[in-house]
Amino acid sequence: MSELAAVYDLVLAACAAITALATLACAYRVAVGPTVPDRAVALDTIGTCVVAIVVLHALSSGRSFFVLVAVMLGIVGFVTTVVAAKYLTEGAIIE
Amino acid sequence: MTLALALGAAVARAPALARPAFAAAAESGDAASAAPSDLRLALVAVFVVVGTFFLAVGTLGLLRFPDVYNRMHATSKATTLGAASMFLAGFVRFGPYDAGLTCLVGIVFLFVTAPAGAHLISRAARKLGVPMYPDDENRNG
Repeated sequence: MSELAAVYDLVLAACAAITALATLACAYRVAVGPTVPDRAVALDTIGTCVVAIVVLHALSSGRSFFVLVAVMLGIVGFVTTVVAAKYLTEGAIIE
Repeated sequence: MTLALALGAAVARAPALARPAFAAAAESGDAASAAPSDLRLALVAVFVVVGTFFLAVGTLGLLRFPDVYNRMHATSKATTLGAASMFLAGFVRFGPYDAGLTCLVGIVFLFVTAPAGAHLISRAARKLGVPMYPDDENRNG
């Protein structure tokens, strides 16, 4: 039991590290993306990766409260994407 | 009306009859104290590895593809699958009585919102006049 639990913790830590590196790589596209929609797409991807990281934290700590945090972050990321697209299209969000 | 109220009161008064024993165990202590079984841990690890793979592939596509539309094509599908696999791992870990239903709601939400957001951004890029990849030189020249 303890050996398998140790392997489980190791797998979760490695996956969290890989996901965090992927999120940082998305930040590269945010910084140097040639057009503004590139940056919006990269920010959307960062939001989804952060949702995955929060779910990983809920798994590794065993606290199910963080699943709610992940869903809320997903909602905020979607609203952000919609607002960014509307701003890019029309130049104003609330008229 | 009164019949429905009486039924609701009866259901609320006898929760131990309608629900299995592990539901009560999940309610009495938090999920960390109730140690999950080996099979459950292995399944969680498999789902987490699959989700990490999809997230990494989506990020690779975001970095390597030549065009806004190609990048969106990569990220909006692969990243959605990756996060949905993570949520499935959460469902396996926490069970259907704790936060597993929230995980399923998160999966449905991701599958609804990620294509909508990608469509909105691609529409904005099209209206901004961002060129597509094969006729990149023709438009700029």
